Amino acid sequence: MIEIIDLEKSFNGQEVLKGINLTILDREVVAIIGESGGGKSVLLKHLIGILKPDKGKILVDGVDITKVGRRELDRIRDRFGVVFQGSALFDSMTIFENVAFPLNEKTKLGKNEIQGKALRALEDVGLKGIENKYPSEISGGMKRRVALARALVIGPDTIFFDEPTTGLDPIILHSIHRLIIDTHVKYNFTGIIISHEIPEIFDVADKVAMLYQGTIVAAGTPEEIRKNSNPVVKQFTSSCRDELTKSLS
Amino acid sequence: MEKLLRVLGRWGLSVVRTMGRMIIFLAESLYLIFSPPFKFNLLLRQIRFFGTKSLVVILLTGAFTGMVLAIQLFYTLRKFGSDALLGPAVALSLIRELGPVLSALMVTGRAGSSLTAEIGIMRISEQIDVLTTMALNPLRYLSVPNIVAGIIVFPLLAAIYDVIGIYGGYVVGVKLLGLSSGTYFSQMENFLDMSDIRMGIYKSVSFGIIVSWVSCYKGYHTDETGYGAEGVSKATTEAVVMSSVLILVWDYFLGSVLL
Repeated sequence: MIEIIDLEKSFNGQEVLKGINLTILDREVVAIIGESGGGKSVLLKHLIGILKPDKGKILVDGVDITKVGRRELDRIRDRFGVVFQGSALFDSMTIFENVAFPLNEKTKLGKNEIQGKALRALEDVGLKGIENKYPSEISGGMKRRVALARALVIGPDTIFFDEPTTGLDPIILHSIHRLIIDTHVKYNFTGIIISHEIPEIFDVADKVAMLYQGTIVAAGTPEEIRKNSNPVVKQFTSSCRDELTKSLS
Repeated sequence: MEKLLRVLGRWGLSVVRTMGRMIIFLAESLYLIFSPPFKFNLLLRQIRFFGTKSLVVILLTGAFTGMVLAIQLFYTLRKFGSDALLGPAVALSLIRELGPVLSALMVTGRAGSSLTAEIGIMRISEQIDVLTTMALNPLRYLSVPNIVAGIIVFPLLAAIYDVIGIYGGYVVGVKLLGLSSGTYFSQMENFLDMSDIRMGIYKSVSFGIIVSWVSCYKGYHTDETGYGAEGVSKATTEAVVMSSVLILVWDYFLGSVLL
């Protein structure tokens, strides 16, 4: 379980997070939505320990990751997988080498075992026969899949997705969302998705939290968020819907 | 006046902070050199990157440096009737000073800049964050192999630079200006000793550390230099300028201590 308690962060005097409170239960998929530049990625960077907050706690199974040392933090991170916004694949490595990288570095498995696991992870994300290509030779949607395969390959408890569908066309967007649902069923991880894809993300998440001006203004099931009477939430969900209708028409 | 003091104070603090962070970066990298797991494959890759790929530029600049040295020194020495000392003069200048310094400057331009750009791009495309979130220390992959490669490769490149330079001087002094081949080389044996070669090696090793350290640090902290591609280009320029200045400053310091 991950508990975020009164998390605050400022950059050069500008408050980005103003007391975030959120609880993420094991094995649930939580989407954190909100406007661009609203601090969603900053919150994610706190959750994975890249940024330290000015105030507040982040408890991962009761351990406050904002206070622990590097070794303890690394032990917790061993249970994490992250899919970054731009995929962040190592561009000097092939697709296979990218997916096999965590296994090579973090485990003592033999060459054949690593090969089997990496190819299986690629197969699970619907990619076959591209192992020897380089990231620059594949499409944006494929890169996101490879990034997911790389996160899945070590069997993490929790996977963080930083805007996994940004910049993708609607068809690929749906296929990535479908993939998150399918892999969640198969690998049974806790999923935390930073997204502004409304309403599509409602089909993926068990719970949705809306971040607005540095605080969580609403949290609940997708249905509860849809029916939420908070004007900010209403405006955000309806304007996203309007934008989608406009783009489809 | 108060405003000026405040600006100066802020600048001074930022310089001290940067220096502190650079020293911590180097200290952590040096510590990681001796702590397993060792990344031999990455080390070999970086030796090739610093060494093999810099060979052409080292051969070219080495040869021409030796030739220019010979032509200038020949006319100066002839005024004093000492043109027979051309060989040792070329060799001493190259081995003690010009070989280590110029080869380091050449490698800074060729390899240091691209190293900063490569690590900088890894920073802005979040590839370094991937290593961190995998609970892997990025310095082990990005800084350590480069610093060790620098320590190994720079003295070797300087040695090649010296040899090629001495032969460049030979071509000008003996083949063009008519000095006898025996004079050119035999006088060299009389004037050169092991301490000169040791001095060259010390310099090269320290330049190897300086160039790889500064280049890695600047690339690693690209996001603090600026945003996106502009940040990478700024970091690259800063790495080359800082490495070059540090090479010359350290060269003077080391020269005055070891002389």
